[in-house]
Amino acid sequence: MTNNAARRINATALWGIVLLIFALVPVFTTSAYKINVASHILVWGLFAVSFNMLWGITGMLSFGQALYYGLGAYSVGLMVEHMGSGWFLPAIALGLVMAIALSFLLGLLVIRVGGVYFTMLTLAFAQLAWQITFKWYDFTGGDDGIQGIIPPGILENRAAYYYFVLVLVFLSIWMLKRMAYSPFGMILRCVQQNPDRVRFLGRRVRRNQLRVYVVSSFFAALAGGLMAGVDSSIHTDMFFWTTSGEAILMSVLGGINQFFGPFIGAAVFILIEDSIGARTEFWPLIIGSIMLIMVILFPKGIVGEVLRLKARFGKNDARR
Amino acid sequence: MDASFFFTQAVSGLTIATLLFLVASGLTLIFGVGKVFNFAHGSFYMIGAYFGYQFSAVWGANFFLSLILTGICVGLVGMLMEFLFLRRIYGRANEGGFQILLTYCFILIIDDLVKLIWGTEYKSLARPSGFQGAFQMGDIFIPTYNLLIIGIGVVAVILAWWILAHTRPGRVARAAAVDRETVGVLGVNVPLTMTVVFGLATAMGGMAGTLAAPLRTVTPGAGIEVIIDSLIVVVIGGMGNFWGAWLGAILIGEVNAFGVAFVPKWATLFSFLILVIVLIFKPEGLFTSRKVR
Repeated sequence: MTNNAARRINATALWGIVLLIFALVPVFTTSAYKINVASHILVWGLFAVSFNMLWGITGMLSFGQALYYGLGAYSVGLMVEHMGSGWFLPAIALGLVMAIALSFLLGLLVIRVGGVYFTMLTLAFAQLAWQITFKWYDFTGGDDGIQGIIPPGILENRAAYYYFVLVLVFLSIWMLKRMAYSPFGMILRCVQQNPDRVRFLGRRVRRNQLRVYVVSSFFAALAGGLMAGVDSSIHTDMFFWTTSGEAILMSVLGGINQFFGPFIGAAVFILIEDSIGARTEFWPLIIGSIMLIMVILFPKGIVGEVLRLKARFGKNDARR
Repeated sequence: MDASFFFTQAVSGLTIATLLFLVASGLTLIFGVGKVFNFAHGSFYMIGAYFGYQFSAVWGANFFLSLILTGICVGLVGMLMEFLFLRRIYGRANEGGFQILLTYCFILIIDDLVKLIWGTEYKSLARPSGFQGAFQMGDIFIPTYNLLIIGIGVVAVILAWWILAHTRPGRVARAAAVDRETVGVLGVNVPLTMTVVFGLATAMGGMAGTLAAPLRTVTPGAGIEVIIDSLIVVVIGGMGNFWGAWLGAILIGEVNAFGVAFVPKWATLFSFLILVIVLIFKPEGLFTSRKVR
């Protein structure tokens, strides 16, 4: 029991340090570019963690979370563009409400079909949204996207907005973690491993799948809305299937069986992209090869492999 | 809307349908036999277009010879991919997801390799000699090349049906689709069967790419457009259902052709609409009988 308590303190300390590192970024650097990279890690981290609630925990591989990410972003972009920057925060809230409504309605449809059909159907709906955004030039700006989305008031300051993102992201991830280790999270894991047993226990499989789909979509929309302010612009690519794909790659890179895996994956992914992707136009080739090796040889991801090594070479009592 | 317009659009729809079928039938075959969803199938279509361009436009080979060579080469690439990578993750937990992920990596890698080798600018391929004109019937003009594609499609359907229904390899493939383990116990080399099926399916996709190259421009992004359309076809027809893929391809091909004629801007939405309706009311596919799960 002391072991357990010590482990919990260790984990809390670790995340305190991570939070501190992120909080100190604007103190040590005034470079807008570095703050931007750190914001990207935070927002993508939230997106990947919310995606992993679906795949890693419940076993539902969605290839269409970009739909909600884009919805959150376009809600902010369009409202700021048409009604002024004072509407920035209400627009984020509106995006969240729309994400809940849309994911509830779509969820009723897509959850009826399982396995690879679920993946394909979510992909199809996201691509549909991308097509509409791309072609409805008069309303969405089409391929041009929307530029110059400036958050209002004090948030206009880069560092202030960074802290705003930091607080919201860590709050969201903390909420998701509470959810993942609550009785609800337990049922989600059961749904992945043995749906029939869940039914025997008198729990509903589809209702829980729908719940986690709505939750995941909600936080994906939050990530999208925050990203609109980070980059001050939005683009139709936010709906494109490669955006969903990146969330999947980040999750696998970090490890889908650990709650924080996707966050680590997002950080590593963005740091590699930042250092290598900037120097070559063949970034997809490089990340494709890295992921190919990960999938074949290290399917547990970075966090999973580190934990395995720790269990193997760690102290004896750590194994108990 | 007069009869000649209707007829022209119908032929154009059948052309699209044939190309779609060549890709989608491979996709459905791989899924049926190996329970693998090959997300990268569109990329094989795309390298087919580039191989055809290389053989025919750069090295000056005869169009039909390049078509066959492309089939062989793309098939070999597909078999290599299956043998080296996909085979390693069969039977792993969360297998379906990792397969999609692995084939997603193939897309990223193949698309970039193509850019590396052939560059990003559009390539075009001339129609083969003898098929450049149009076939005239009253006031209706039909490009002879479209007729050639439809003809090749009919031959491919009959040939594939004959192989699957009446030859031993075809029977083995169908048996493996029903029960992989039992077929293996009976002394059939199931992994080899899977590799060959993968090779045949990707070869068909590659040949579709070469056939489509004179009609559409050859670009590195071509694979994605095709995979989404073939995916719709396969889901409408029922995963692993050969005839379903054929009927689904005709449906989507005609809907696309007439959609472009009436509402060009929103034409692509119609196939999604059909997909959504099918998935709501009959998720196992229009042409599949309901099975007890």
